[in-house]
Amino acid sequence: MSTAVAQKKGFGAFMWDYLTTVDHKKIAHLYLVAGGLFFLLGGLEAMIIRIQLIKPDNEFISAGLYNEMITMHGTTMIFLAAMPLLFALMNAVVPLQIGARDVAFPFLNSLGFWLFFFGGLILNFSWFMGGAPDAGWTAYAPLSTTSPTHGVDFYVMGLQISGAGTLIGGINFLVTIVNMRAPGMSYMRMPLFTWTVFVTSTLILFAFPALTVGLFLMMFDRMFGSVFFDVASGGNVIIWEHLFWIFGHPEVYILILPVFGVFSEVFSTFSKKRLFGYSAMVFATVLIGFLGFMVWAHHMFTTGMGPVANSIFAVTTMAIAVPTGIKIFNWLFTMWGGTIRMTTAMLWSVAFIPTFTIGGMTGVMLAAAAADYQYHDTYFVVAHFHYVIVGGVVFGIFAALHYWWPKMFGKVLNEKLGKWAFWPFFIGFHLTFFIQHFLGLMGMPRRYWKFLDGQGLDTGNLISTIGAFFMALGVIIFLWNVIYTAMKEPKASADPFDGRTLEWSIPSPPPFYNFKQTPLVRGLDALWIEKSEGKKAMTPAEPLGDIHMPYGSIIPFVMSFGLFIAGFGFIYQVDNPVWLSLVFIGMGITLGSMFVRSVKDDLGYHIHKEDLEKGDGQV
Amino acid sequence: MSNEDILNPKQMPHEPEKATLEGKNKFLGFWFFLGGETVLFASLFGTYLALNDSTAGGPGTEELFGLELVFVMTMLLLTSSLTSVYAMYHMKNNNFSKMMVWLGVTVALGFTFLGFEIYEFYHYIHEYEFTFRSSALGSAFYTLVGFHGGHVLFGLLWILTLMGRNAKRGLNLYNAPKFYIASLYWHFIDVVWVFIFTVVYLMGKVG
Repeated sequence: MSTAVAQKKGFGAFMWDYLTTVDHKKIAHLYLVAGGLFFLLGGLEAMIIRIQLIKPDNEFISAGLYNEMITMHGTTMIFLAAMPLLFALMNAVVPLQIGARDVAFPFLNSLGFWLFFFGGLILNFSWFMGGAPDAGWTAYAPLSTTSPTHGVDFYVMGLQISGAGTLIGGINFLVTIVNMRAPGMSYMRMPLFTWTVFVTSTLILFAFPALTVGLFLMMFDRMFGSVFFDVASGGNVIIWEHLFWIFGHPEVYILILPVFGVFSEVFSTFSKKRLFGYSAMVFATVLIGFLGFMVWAHHMFTTGMGPVANSIFAVTTMAIAVPTGIKIFNWLFTMWGGTIRMTTAMLWSVAFIPTFTIGGMTGVMLAAAAADYQYHDTYFVVAHFHYVIVGGVVFGIFAALHYWWPKMFGKVLNEKLGKWAFWPFFIGFHLTFFIQHFLGLMGMPRRYWKFLDGQGLDTGNLISTIGAFFMALGVIIFLWNVIYTAMKEPKASADPFDGRTLEWSIPSPPPFYNFKQTPLVRGLDALWIEKSEGKKAMTPAEPLGDIHMPYGSIIPFVMSFGLFIAGFGFIYQVDNPVWLSLVFIGMGITLGSMFVRSVKDDLGYHIHKEDLEKGDGQV
Repeated sequence: MSNEDILNPKQMPHEPEKATLEGKNKFLGFWFFLGGETVLFASLFGTYLALNDSTAGGPGTEELFGLELVFVMTMLLLTSSLTSVYAMYHMKNNNFSKMMVWLGVTVALGFTFLGFEIYEFYHYIHEYEFTFRSSALGSAFYTLVGFHGGHVLFGLLWILTLMGRNAKRGLNLYNAPKFYIASLYWHFIDVVWVFIFTVVYLMGKVG
């Protein structure tokens, strides 16, 4: 037993523990820290963009660097911040909510993290190796295929590797939710967060391979001389747009659906009411996921697909407003008549509703194909997607962190500092982006390095930049809260918010095997049912017995590291074939560790019943 | 179930690949993975269909393809799918040695297929100067068919690894799911080839 138990240990052992861990709770920490760092990096890039645009004809950064900033800001925020932060929440919460001791594939869970991490590193190494990608986060060909530096190559390799990690994570959560639910936890008794993660994982599974192919085609064009996007040799640049958005549109639902789940949990808990219209919420989630695959070409209205295609995609896009509206009203009705507690988590959630509704309305405006010819590639679009992504995803992540922080780290985040972080961020957000709608309508194009004096754009841009500083202040206060809470706050109880779902039935943070005995689920809001019948804990579904646990492994780290090495080989072999040696070394490491993984038996171990009894859960 | 029961079961159940939770997870997870692979190949097919006329003055599909060779390749791969079914049949009957024989036949057929494919590419490059770089059609053709060929090679190495690792210990509840999902993968590769045969070669000759 002692091999697996975390005792007091030095820094080296601590690092080794996290490098080899397959525990979903520790992998959640890894995702949170890595995603958080990338979020700060992306935020820094945003600040630089806003400083450049603070006044007309500004020379704060050069045009080339500005292109790199906008590209890296978008790419980092979507792929390296929002995705991993959501994966942190999924890892921290989903197994607990379904009464499982781990995910279905603990080894793959770790592999998924390290692939994401090394992919993100490759992308950011570009800053120090001749320049970052500069063709926009959408990397449209031929702008991307003809970009002279290696920047876009880093984009291609970084996203390919981290995308593989995301795909693995998606499959893992699908199987976990299908196969690992506790007895009695039928699909229609699953907490809404678990439902949204389930639908999101499906979207990941069917959307990411399109990106994989798109990135391969671009890689082949840039590094191996193929001509997919070279019109002179019969190539077709529109293929990239289609492949990118067949992935890219589902991607925005991949981001937003889990936070819809978060808000459902938060509204229900802090209104002390069952979620209003649970089955309609499930239905709406599935419907959004389904429709999400049929709208990709609304990003391409001005590409020239013709009126028929434009009309079809306009209608399917507008249709998504219906299930989203169902959700908005169900959240409002959940609060209606409830015993509302305005905690920080609740504050972020309440703020989300009007913000996201504004983003949704501008979304319907953009969906009108004829009108989109006016809005396309202006700041109106920038305002729209920041309203849904920041107002939806980022608000949701903050709400989730305040809500589940005790379950992840054993302490409740300080409420006063939480609110102090909320207000500057919330006010700053609207200052930054509301005005951008009008800048866009006045004709300010997105992605431009400069705007000129005397076009009525000065004040709007100044306000926008001021707002960005407020947002940065909010983030700094949140970080201070994290440190403050770790130093000063007392240990949290198992159920600090009077929760309703299974994660609140076990200690904060849970023991590494989560549930000593698998709980028996008797309905939606499983813990609430027990509490309302006067019981203090869940009824176990099994007698106390041995618990099977997986062994940790360093192989996922090594496997991902191999691809990291190979990535540089692929990028630089264009300059000199000697670099191909890195490809062979890297792929050798990766394939070799796959081979080792295949031939070495790994059956895990058992925690014995006697040890469980002795320590009352504290093995 | 203790580790000993998994590695040395007293009695093999009828479906050993799904007898443990780990087996069930692998089974389901692999089906999901194949769902993702379907999108991957669908994207490659879409790209190919968009570019199948883009010869850039080079040879077109009608001129290049010979159905005789492709017919032989199709037969080889279809047969290998059948032999992998035989292997799984013997796995379910707990007949390890027969399973290994049929897996061996599957691998042999797979390598023969791969040999023909390499010959085919060689032929196009040297007789017609039709390469990965010569036209958008060439890029799309070699990418689609090459992705499939890469999958074939990976599957062959995978099955060989499993055969080598377990040659001395026979079937148990730990390795049965591994053999089973390797055979699922092999079937998937076969299905993709059927589509390549139709969309690339038949339509390339007739369309």
